[in-house]
Amino acid sequence: MKYEGNTHVYAIDNIDTDRIIPGKYTKTLDTSIFANHVLEDLDPEFAQNVQTGDILVADNNFGCGSSREQAPIAIKSAGISIIIARSFARIFFRNAVNVGMPVIEVPRHNIEPEDKIEADLSQGKVHNITKGEVYEGTKMPVVMLSIFNAGGLISYLKKHKTYAPS
Amino acid sequence: MGKTIIEKIIANHSEESVNAGDITIVDVDATMATDTTAPLAIKSFEEMGGEQVQNSDNTVLVIDHASPPPNEQVANLQARMRSFSREQNTHLYDIGEGIGHQIMIDHKHVRPGQIVFGADSHTVTHGALGAFATGVGSTDLAGIWLTGQTWVKVPETIKIEFEGKLQPGVTSKDIILYLVGKLGISGATYQSIEYSGSATNEMSLASRMTLANMSIEMGAKAGFVDTEGLVLKEPFEHIQPDEDAKYSEIHKVNVSELQPQISIPHSPDQVVNASYVENTPIQQGFIGSCTNGRLEDLQAAAKVLDGKKIHPNTRLLIAPASKQVLHDALEDGTFAILTKAGATFLTSGCGPCVGTHMGIPADEENIISSSNRNFMGRMGNSKSNVYLGSPSVVARSVLHGML
Ligand code: SF4
Repeated sequence: MKYEGNTHVYAIDNIDTDRIIPGKYTKTLDTSIFANHVLEDLDPEFAQNVQTGDILVADNNFGCGSSREQAPIAIKSAGISIIIARSFARIFFRNAVNVGMPVIEVPRHNIEPEDKIEADLSQGKVHNITKGEVYEGTKMPVVMLSIFNAGGLISYLKKHKTYAPS
Repeated sequence: MGKTIIEKIIANHSEESVNAGDITIVDVDATMATDTTAPLAIKSFEEMGGEQVQNSDNTVLVIDHASPPPNEQVANLQARMRSFSREQNTHLYDIGEGIGHQIMIDHKHVRPGQIVFGADSHTVTHGALGAFATGVGSTDLAGIWLTGQTWVKVPETIKIEFEGKLQPGVTSKDIILYLVGKLGISGATYQSIEYSGSATNEMSLASRMTLANMSIEMGAKAGFVDTEGLVLKEPFEHIQPDEDAKYSEIHKVNVSELQPQISIPHSPDQVVNASYVENTPIQQGFIGSCTNGRLEDLQAAAKVLDGKKIHPNTRLLIAPASKQVLHDALEDGTFAILTKAGATFLTSGCGPCVGTHMGIPADEENIISSSNRNFMGRMGNSKSNVYLGSPSVVARSVLHGML
């Protein structure tokens, strides 16, 4: 799986779930509401500017805070194709994989705004096309990779009905 | 090789004898979901083709986050929880019963040594009982409803020893705020924490819950308070770490000199001595939440406010952690002291903690809250400033109109 697109870079640590989607918008199953308010306390213009296929880049501990699965769903429904962060908060990372939102942990990179990026999830690598650089990502555990490859936890469990398929 | 508490608990629930770093499948003893996360979990469960929830007797749904519902949309989601609970024979605690994490412990849905998954990050609170309890998203929870199991990666453990005796007016909230400030908001990411030492041995269950609760504010997967000194009605097995257990870090903290702590906007790990920010004007105080909404917390506030009135420029909102706490506060006179001082009591539950209703601050206002998070916009308005402190600090601040 390869993702290519323009980047939105927020070079800050600890972007929390309250900033990804404020609690007041989470009381619905209508994902278009999440998409309209995604990241609004961090960057009020993000929801308007984002184009389908764009890539979100952040620093450490992205998605810390609450367990709300609405956070990766909001980013996914806004059209972001993959999130690249130096590190992720635990629950956010797990939720993202479960809802089929591609994520890759890349501890060291020099991605800047406007750089064109190609992320290769199966190889665990990120190419910075503008700068001609390649960055190594952390490998996902096998169980997460199989859930992700199934298209998320719903389709995985719909098919296998168990976490230990023989 | 010696094992930490979490390695022991996970091994007890898995077919393998695991150590930190291993990934394994565990049997789950109980689950909890709230009105924020249960509707999505129900949807995921149905999309997985789920028909019957496993362990429905230990499946708990709680309406605590937006309770009672502030609008029709939320009301309809909550109605869906009620019908699902009836169809599936699960427990449902309706509006006013209290916060999920409090209910799980009060109603004995969790016991020491068990594994509990909750669709709420503060599920780590049950570590006060020596249980492995952690937060997951709605779809992960639906997977547990479907299979009775889930996968976990066994985390490494940080050991924290709190030694010494607290000064009067200093509480477990001050200890944990201090630690969050020291380790930082990602200081324990992907790890578990074991809290022990002479200071924890003397703590009430309520104070232990405050400690375990804020483990997630350091990113931890779980936080265990040493069960030494813990008194429960029924006898239980104390799971202790082996002497040669391996820790990623060990910190010793002497709490005898600790002063009241305050976390300043907009991150829980921005922690200072309360005296450092004194004179900051305050418009609203909040006492409640899964961190500090229990009887001892209300009593601590009543001790400060007995026979006095809060400052005319301030408001004080109190949401007891459960109906039981409300009853107890009514019975022992705490409720009357606080309302006479000018407090407004809200429905037992999360109240204004998460900014969905009941007590959203105005622009530029400063709030002192006994809860656990002060991220920007946390209480529903990104132009307000939330400070975090113990219930005594909240009470003192609304009394004087400043921190
Ligand atoms: S009281 Fe606050 S932190 Fe605790 S469960 Fe409710 S919303 Fe979450």
